[in-house]
Amino acid sequence: MTSTILDVRGVWKSFDDHPVLRGIDLEVEAHQAVVLIGASGSGKSTLLRCINGLETVDAGDVILDGDVDVTSFDTDLDIVRRRIGIVFQSYNLFPHMTVLDNIALAPCKVLGRGRAESAEQAKVLLARFGLESKSGEYPDRLSGGQAQRVAIIRALAMEPEIMLFDEITSALDPLLVGEVLDAVRELKAGGLTIVMATHEMTFARDVADQVCFLHDGVVLEQGPPAQIFGEPMQPQTQQFLSRLPH
Amino acid sequence: MSGLAPAPGEAVVYVDPARRARVRGRARRDALVGMASLLGFVLVVSVIVSSSPGWAAVQETFFNGQEFISTFPGLLDAFWLNVRIFLVAEPLILVIGLLVALARTLQSPIFLPIRVVATLYVDIFRGVPTILVIFLLGFGIPALRLQGMPKDAVFWGTAALVLSYGAYVAEVFRAGIDSVHPSQRMAARSLGLSMFQTNRHVVLPQAVRNVVPPLLNDFISLQKDTALVAVLGPIEVLRRAQIDASSSFNYTPYVGAALIFIALTIPMTRFADWIQSRSRGRRRAGGTS
Repeated sequence: MTSTILDVRGVWKSFDDHPVLRGIDLEVEAHQAVVLIGASGSGKSTLLRCINGLETVDAGDVILDGDVDVTSFDTDLDIVRRRIGIVFQSYNLFPHMTVLDNIALAPCKVLGRGRAESAEQAKVLLARFGLESKSGEYPDRLSGGQAQRVAIIRALAMEPEIMLFDEITSALDPLLVGEVLDAVRELKAGGLTIVMATHEMTFARDVADQVCFLHDGVVLEQGPPAQIFGEPMQPQTQQFLSRLPH
Repeated sequence: MSGLAPAPGEAVVYVDPARRARVRGRARRDALVGMASLLGFVLVVSVIVSSSPGWAAVQETFFNGQEFISTFPGLLDAFWLNVRIFLVAEPLILVIGLLVALARTLQSPIFLPIRVVATLYVDIFRGVPTILVIFLLGFGIPALRLQGMPKDAVFWGTAALVLSYGAYVAEVFRAGIDSVHPSQRMAARSLGLSMFQTNRHVVLPQAVRNVVPPLLNDFISLQKDTALVAVLGPIEVLRRAQIDASSSFNYTPYVGAALIFIALTIPMTRFADWIQSRSRGRRRAGGTS
């Protein structure tokens, strides 16, 4: 029995006169990992930002769990964002706080948990991802891979129902990509719903339940990874995949 | 060439001794040349000044030892008023500056009046020379003879400094807020923090850190500008020096007053430089906090 936790219906978004999303439809089922692939500028990042309300849409709906419409003017986005976490390409850790404070800030201030409880939870999460020794460090002292894993933990500490990953390995040294992808794998294994924009095709093939190929602001082709990577139907998909280094 | 091949993983620093000697020799020579050049410069300037036709008269009027000794304690006494003005004004300036800067970042349309007032305040008080503000407040408001309004010149002089500097410091804070990358705000909001929480915990701490050096610079400037309050009449150090000078027709008290200011601002300037170089060094080293 599967249930749709996120339903994107006909979302349009343009910046000035430049259309980025042109009627995107996307359904995400609970506990699944959906991977968005496509060329830079195909709208992957914009779609993710529209899903948790960091960008407003021009038209269309984003329905969370069958009841909340993220795009509605009446929706409290602060509440939506507690339920949908996002991790960015550039980590965006808070440089003036220790790793522990970065993670504990939102649970403490937004969920109203005590300082001690938030810190305790942060420590448990750090240990789960092998970063317990870094809890007192400032972000500048972390490698890119460590920083990105801390960013993942920071989003995870809010116990979101869905996690969005926006090309989280694109800024990393190739040697550090693995540790971050392993963290995502671990989340997927734990049953979290994941929507991820990435250029890591091997990873997508490995972990995704669904792969969506975005082209010019629409989902051009969608299916299980074996089908998208094995026998893509659309010529644009074939062309995109053939250009990738293998 | 040396046969000392370092073992793999061993940390070895090797500098050719001949090169090291060359580098050290050059550094020593540079220091000597600098010293000699400085001495030569001082010598030339002193010769030019002391051989000028009016030097004897200037020395008598501005650098009179007797006059200095007799007036300096009085100047120091009067300087205490400058210090008090500074100590009262500075915290108020910081508070006003921060509030005005924050007011200008408010986005909701309901806050339009606050935003307009804040913008007008900054535009006006940055545009009017501080000494004019002191005149206008110091002579204007007491002349209104409003019930309960203080008539004290020190009060209005300090208020004028606070208003004038508050506008500058507001702009410094605003620049600091702008210097925090938008992605920080986005990251905070994406965690569900409200606009207020985002400002309070993420944006402002970084903004304030970024503007410490320019703020110190404004502090130094304010220390000097406490002397402007003299135009209203209270006997602070400049006014004291004026009185002394006009009773003896000797300007040495002015030099004494200048020395007192310098004695306070130079350490402050060095401190500001140190803070600035330290924060630069940290950023470069990718250091903590």
